[in-house]
Amino acid sequence: MGVMKRVSLVFKAKANKALDKMEDPRETLDYSYQRQLELLTKVRRGVADVATSRKRVELQMNQLHQQATKLDDQARKALGLGREDLARDALTRKSSAQGQLNDLQVQYAQLQGEEEKLTVASQRLQAKVDAFRTRKETIKATYTAAEAQTRINEAFSGISEEMGDVGMAIQRAEDKTAQMQARAGAIDELMASGALDDVGGKRDDIQFELDQMGASSDVENDLRRLRGEIAASTPKQLEGSGGGANGDSQAARGGQAPQSQTQYAPPPPAQPAGLPVSDLPSANEPPQDGEGS
Amino acid sequence: MIVRILSEGQFRVDDAAATELNHLDSQLETAVEHNDEPAFKAALTGLLAQVRAQGSPLPSDTLEASDLILPHQDSSMDEVRRLLTDEGLIPG
Repeated sequence: MGVMKRVSLVFKAKANKALDKMEDPRETLDYSYQRQLELLTKVRRGVADVATSRKRVELQMNQLHQQATKLDDQARKALGLGREDLARDALTRKSSAQGQLNDLQVQYAQLQGEEEKLTVASQRLQAKVDAFRTRKETIKATYTAAEAQTRINEAFSGISEEMGDVGMAIQRAEDKTAQMQARAGAIDELMASGALDDVGGKRDDIQFELDQMGASSDVENDLRRLRGEIAASTPKQLEGSGGGANGDSQAARGGQAPQSQTQYAPPPPAQPAGLPVSDLPSANEPPQDGEGS
Repeated sequence: MIVRILSEGQFRVDDAAATELNHLDSQLETAVEHNDEPAFKAALTGLLAQVRAQGSPLPSDTLEASDLILPHQDSSMDEVRRLLTDEGLIPG
């Protein structure tokens, strides 16, 4: 006997066993109908669970994608600044993020498949449950218990086969969802560990170095600009009596002059430094008081 | 006759197609017995394709039991083995 026949016999045996338990065949109808409604609820919940899991994976895929793009940018910048070591580091992490992403894509497709299958299964089951309810009422109204037997058996084995099928589908979807969640958890941990570089995260050493290099070149640019400004205004300054040291400190404060500094925003701590010390606690930013003292 | 592909639905298939289906089915069975994964995949895919090609889907609201039941497309051999045992995969 082939596989097909054997499987169908297993299903039939299952249905018969359930039927045999019932004394009044018509009881079977109500009992079975209750089970069908429960299963319908379960399938719908299953669809929702798979969808939730799929959305979580989607979120992680977006994160990983952003991360890969960011690391690629960093590598480009690092190379532009002649730092091949940093670029290499960024690209290594990018390839790791990309690997995770590819992996997730496969699993995402699987989850999507499960979701679709379960959705179709729930619609089919709904149609069968509706048909069963109609049949049930007809059988109860028309036939005596003895007469009803054959018809009940038919309806019952038809629906119970469907229920077995759907039950297995839910089981499979639950297994896939559980696997997926375990995996998603592992990726979350991996991201938190910084091994893949944390997106928008707390610590990002590549970005830090690039920022530092960027910052120091900004400083150089500003110095150059300030020197230019000083050079332009030297005639006036020369007329005054100030010495070299004095001129230097004025130039440094010149960085905060309001008109010409639209492009370069100095970091906040620089600003109070230019104000008289006595102004700090009373007039400016009370929340910082605690920090300052 | 009515053939169900698990997690896909039921099909009404002409009895004349039985010979071909049985042939593929015995290949499937042999593959499972010999633990031959590639042969198993090939036989299952062939069998399902045959049912889909020869059969016409039954409406969702029919309540008929199937004469033959086939594993779903992505079944593993292990899954099929458990399906064949009485208390195996089918819940309830």
